[in-house]
Amino acid sequence: MPKTEPQTTDTTTAAEAPKTTASHRASGNRAADLFRSVPGPLIGLVVIFIAMSFLSPFFLSFRNLINIISQVSDIGVMAVGAAMVIIIGGIDLSVGSTLAFSMMTMAWIYKIQGLPFPVAILIGLLIGALVGLVNGLLSTYARIQPFVATLATMSAAAGLALFITNGNPVTQFPDWFSALTGTFLGLPVEGIILVAIYLIAAFWLRFRPSGRALYAIGGNEEVARLSGINVRALKVRVYVTAGVLASVAGLLVVSRLDSAAPTAGAADLLNVIAVVVIGGASLAGGSGTMFGTFIGLLIIGTLNNGMSLLNVSPNLQPVVIGIAIIVAVLLDRGGLKARGA
Amino acid sequence: MSAAGLVCTQLTKSFGPVTVLKGIDFTVPHGKVIGLIGENGAGKSTLSSLITGVHRPDSGSMTIDGKPYAPATPGDALAAGVVLIHQEIRLLPELTVAENIFLGRLPRKGGRIDRQRMYDESHAVLELLGAHVDPNRQVKGLSMAVQQEIEIAKAITRKPRYIIFDEPSASLGGNETERVLDQIRVLRDQGAGVVYISHRLDEVREVADGIVCLRDGQRVAGWDTGDVPTTDLVNAMVGREFTYEHVAPEPAHDHRVLEVRGLGRRGVFADINFAVDAGEVFGIAGLVGAGRTETVRCIAGADRADTGDVVVDGKKINAHTPRAAIKAGIVMVPEDRKGQGLNLDRTASENVTLPWERLLAKTGLVTRGIVRAAGEKLSGELDIRGRMGLPVKSMSGGNQQKVLLGKWLVEKPTVFIVDEPTRGVDVGAKMAIYEIIRGLAADGVAVVVVSSELEEVLGLAHRVMVMSGGRQQGILSREEATPQAVMALAVANTSTDDPAYTEDHPVSAGTRQEG
Repeated sequence: MPKTEPQTTDTTTAAEAPKTTASHRASGNRAADLFRSVPGPLIGLVVIFIAMSFLSPFFLSFRNLINIISQVSDIGVMAVGAAMVIIIGGIDLSVGSTLAFSMMTMAWIYKIQGLPFPVAILIGLLIGALVGLVNGLLSTYARIQPFVATLATMSAAAGLALFITNGNPVTQFPDWFSALTGTFLGLPVEGIILVAIYLIAAFWLRFRPSGRALYAIGGNEEVARLSGINVRALKVRVYVTAGVLASVAGLLVVSRLDSAAPTAGAADLLNVIAVVVIGGASLAGGSGTMFGTFIGLLIIGTLNNGMSLLNVSPNLQPVVIGIAIIVAVLLDRGGLKARGA
Repeated sequence: MSAAGLVCTQLTKSFGPVTVLKGIDFTVPHGKVIGLIGENGAGKSTLSSLITGVHRPDSGSMTIDGKPYAPATPGDALAAGVVLIHQEIRLLPELTVAENIFLGRLPRKGGRIDRQRMYDESHAVLELLGAHVDPNRQVKGLSMAVQQEIEIAKAITRKPRYIIFDEPSASLGGNETERVLDQIRVLRDQGAGVVYISHRLDEVREVADGIVCLRDGQRVAGWDTGDVPTTDLVNAMVGREFTYEHVAPEPAHDHRVLEVRGLGRRGVFADINFAVDAGEVFGIAGLVGAGRTETVRCIAGADRADTGDVVVDGKKINAHTPRAAIKAGIVMVPEDRKGQGLNLDRTASENVTLPWERLLAKTGLVTRGIVRAAGEKLSGELDIRGRMGLPVKSMSGGNQQKVLLGKWLVEKPTVFIVDEPTRGVDVGAKMAIYEIIRGLAADGVAVVVVSSELEEVLGLAHRVMVMSGGRQQGILSREEATPQAVMALAVANTSTDDPAYTEDHPVSAGTRQEG
């Protein structure tokens, strides 16, 4: 019996939590229940949104709102992969350099090797998958902590991106490729792609056994393994997905700029992780949703856009992002307590 | 004996609704070794935690040489000269032997660490113990036995007046244990009062000057000598005749479901052979560290066996992963609910459906409705009190345990292995869990029950295999399996060529996870 003592602290906090839920329920306050079921990040987004509409007359225009989506689409696509990696309790530091590496490979295959562009795109995506595969294998079978494993691949991929074209940017891609960042029925195509990717990912995480298993792995890997989940294979799959999504983000960048620069994506890593964290995922693993991540993306996008409209110095903008991260995490912790989870 | 030594009077302690110690009187004189024995859960460790300030008694008092002694923290106990040597070794592998010995009180000279003094004192105390190890080497890579000696050295440098050994030999082989016993005699001869807690009765008899036996939190027997016949000790530990039974109806024995042939895992257990029929409950008894859990983990694919076969319904399974075992119909309820069984932050329903989502999702989609329906169905069948839609940690221990069992009953298993089915649950839940196990067997499932609680195994099983030192000591039929017979096999001395602990172990034994 004394063997169970280390758990006692946990059980006492656990015992308190349901009491609060019970008392809330007892008061029959359905409005409060409803309010608590609204994710904290969404409330934050609404607050920022309203504030910005008052502060800037240009903010609340259709054109500007479209702009917000376009500006964050590449980060948004990468954040989907990053969120999955974080849900399984990992971290992927290599997203930005994977973007650069796969993008430069694609550009090199097309412009310098002269292969057809679709082939180049395909190879670019394969490069992303390959980096992800290396990340996955290193952090599972080789048992290297994902932080270290992806730090290594981050460095290597960034170097390769520069090496391929000797550091030179590549420009002039097929005209039709810019359609990827054009509009369709008045809506930005990249926004449509972005939302589609979020919907597919959300569907997988919510309804498919393998997607749902990511939460089990992040919550307690040994429990997941003993429950018959093929933990290592699934983890590898998640890192590969993250790599491919980084390549997709690279395609969006090339389409928008009609140029592939080897230093692209270098600054994206922190933004990507910020999006996921503001979206409510915990770096400890086991929690996080696609909806939350999308809200996190909109928060970052709205803040950056709004600050530009308000002529806030670009040097100060990262400070605000930093504050947003802390506020989001603090709010989220309070929300978790209130929900008794 | 008057007031000399450490005297405990009427100590009582409850954890929640469970009273684990009831009015214990216990005396440790100077220069004596007191053996403390009892079954798992009898209250031995709780008593030692009260003496060492880990917990405070609800009532009762303690004195040292007549002066009141009421430690509020382990620090108070240390200051009063009372130290505990844990059954688990807790050394920092990256630090040197000397640094570990002086951890938290490194000798200083002029603001710097006095390495020379640290070395000299460590060296002296290790020599005293007969441990020839360089104080300046890292602990990493030392054998369990040497690490145990370092723990003892650590305790001795505090110049304790009372030392409590909580199963120091649990992870040691025969010769190594002999050394520890010698060291205990050294301490005793220097005037320290020693409490020696162990399951190995022959060791207790060898070293103790007096023996106290606890059962169900009460002191049931005491002797002023160590020379007590083993049968007397066993009888005192087991106590009452066992009455309450949950044994399933005798199976027809017409269908052999599980067969284990020559199963072994290097350095852990070897040569395990048994078979279980449909509808039979097969118990595995033994003391902590006998290799029971390790054996069933290999059968269920959680660890890999090195030798032998697992056969289910005539087909060789030899599962290398839990996934393969589950596919073959072998499920295991692990002993560690929190670390291996349930994800306490997720809802009860999500936990129970986790292994089965692929089967439950007929359309390939796991909807909330499917999860909820599976949860509610189990909740009804197993009488789980608590909301299945809330995180498991909101439930009581007994209900959590039912959820854990239920997780492996969503689909009817062929072989149901349960390791410590009632750890940390109250009596009511215990009975309910016994009924669940009985019902499963009556339903034709082959059940394997591993338990440290003797009466649990005996009350549930048709046959009992007793393990000790990584070997099976015998399989007893229900008639043969008296508590005395089982205990006699469980304490059988197999430590001469212990297969489990001959190698140098890395520090922690808790890292057996492999993908």
